[in-house]
Amino acid sequence: MRLVAAALVSVLLMTADHKASHLEAVRAALSTVVYPLQYAVHLPIRVGAWVAENLSSRNDLIAENERLKIERLRLQARLEKLVALEAENRRLRTLLDSSVKAGEKVLIAELLSVDMNPFSRRIVLNKGRRDGVFAGQSLVDSQGVMGQVVSVGPFSSTALLITDPSHALPVQVHRTGLRAVATGSGKADAVALAHIPNNADIRVGDLLVTSGLGGRFPHGYPVGRVTRVRRDSGQPFADVEVEPSARLERNREVLLIWFQGQGALLDSAYRPRVAP
Amino acid sequence: MTTGAGQRGGIVIAASFVVALMLTALPMPDWASLWRPAWVALVLIYWCMAVPSRAGVLVGWIVGLLLDVMSGTLLGQHALALAVTAFIAHKLHRRVRVLPVWQQGVTVFGLVFVFQALVLWINGIKGMPVTLAAYLAAPLVSMLLWPWVFVVLRDARRRFRVS
Repeated sequence: MRLVAAALVSVLLMTADHKASHLEAVRAALSTVVYPLQYAVHLPIRVGAWVAENLSSRNDLIAENERLKIERLRLQARLEKLVALEAENRRLRTLLDSSVKAGEKVLIAELLSVDMNPFSRRIVLNKGRRDGVFAGQSLVDSQGVMGQVVSVGPFSSTALLITDPSHALPVQVHRTGLRAVATGSGKADAVALAHIPNNADIRVGDLLVTSGLGGRFPHGYPVGRVTRVRRDSGQPFADVEVEPSARLERNREVLLIWFQGQGALLDSAYRPRVAP
Repeated sequence: MTTGAGQRGGIVIAASFVVALMLTALPMPDWASLWRPAWVALVLIYWCMAVPSRAGVLVGWIVGLLLDVMSGTLLGQHALALAVTAFIAHKLHRRVRVLPVWQQGVTVFGLVFVFQALVLWINGIKGMPVTLAAYLAAPLVSMLLWPWVFVVLRDARRRFRVS
């Protein structure tokens, strides 16, 4: 009797959760219960990393410091050029009467080192609704796009990585501007491009960036490089594999992004201009 | 049994589930994640066999719901699987309790297989790819770990007089 009741309630819950998002409140409330557990798992690992950092030898630290100084110098030089380019870009866009790409706000979040379902690619972040995180927010690291937030609790949130089989990301090839959709493969280090015609101009080594179409992700963030293009004339589409540039399985800190025009279906920059 | 002892027993059972949930979330390398034992199912099976009056379908369902939130699956997925597992374990407890530990392990293999198959079926309905190894890996590792889990939980039960 109890089993029948439990099974019925489970099936109802699963249907409701799958078809609509009415259960976000339940999930958020339960995540407050689960978060301390996840944090308790995360803490010793974090402490281990901290101890390793503190016990690293003076020579290592000096070497790292040296490397960081050089890197900073190089980035500084590029940044100076970037400021000039940004000003020029803004001036040209005003001339074209196009919308100016406003600055984006970012927040640094930390990954909790906890494993979730081995059949999907999800991660837990230590920022939640209290910090203004919302479902659908995009997530990047210093190298590229990582994924998007799918559910938000008061103190933590869950994000879907771009390698998850249920994730799709609008991208374009940086070299040619060819637009495509990158879908997750379920493997840790590969996404696939869907519906690329056999005669499309795409090569191994091409850089993919987000196209900004769809309004979920900001425009122009690197996604990955093409590692394999297989054209089979018997198949309608080419088989294109991409290695994500974000370090999906390794990094500890990630960036959450707020950008203008988020949620809009089409950025005004892409809307065809109507002649007066 | 006094009411005080009863409450204390509840705390021990809850604590064992907390530990099991934490072990489930413990980060493991990518290749090993398939071989993670079904910790929560193991603990649930133990309590269903040892103190069937305290653990059953409802406990399994509630813990399963927490497991769902923790692993980001559909709400109710693990809850359903654990409720069914608890139900079968409950039905079998008289017969299995008297067996030697390694024979109990074989039963545990079957129970964890039912749990894993239910979870994977629902994954399959959602359109997620499923391999044969995924069906067998977790039950196998759980069976091999059962004697150890059994001894640890039995000692905990005796020390704190859970009944």
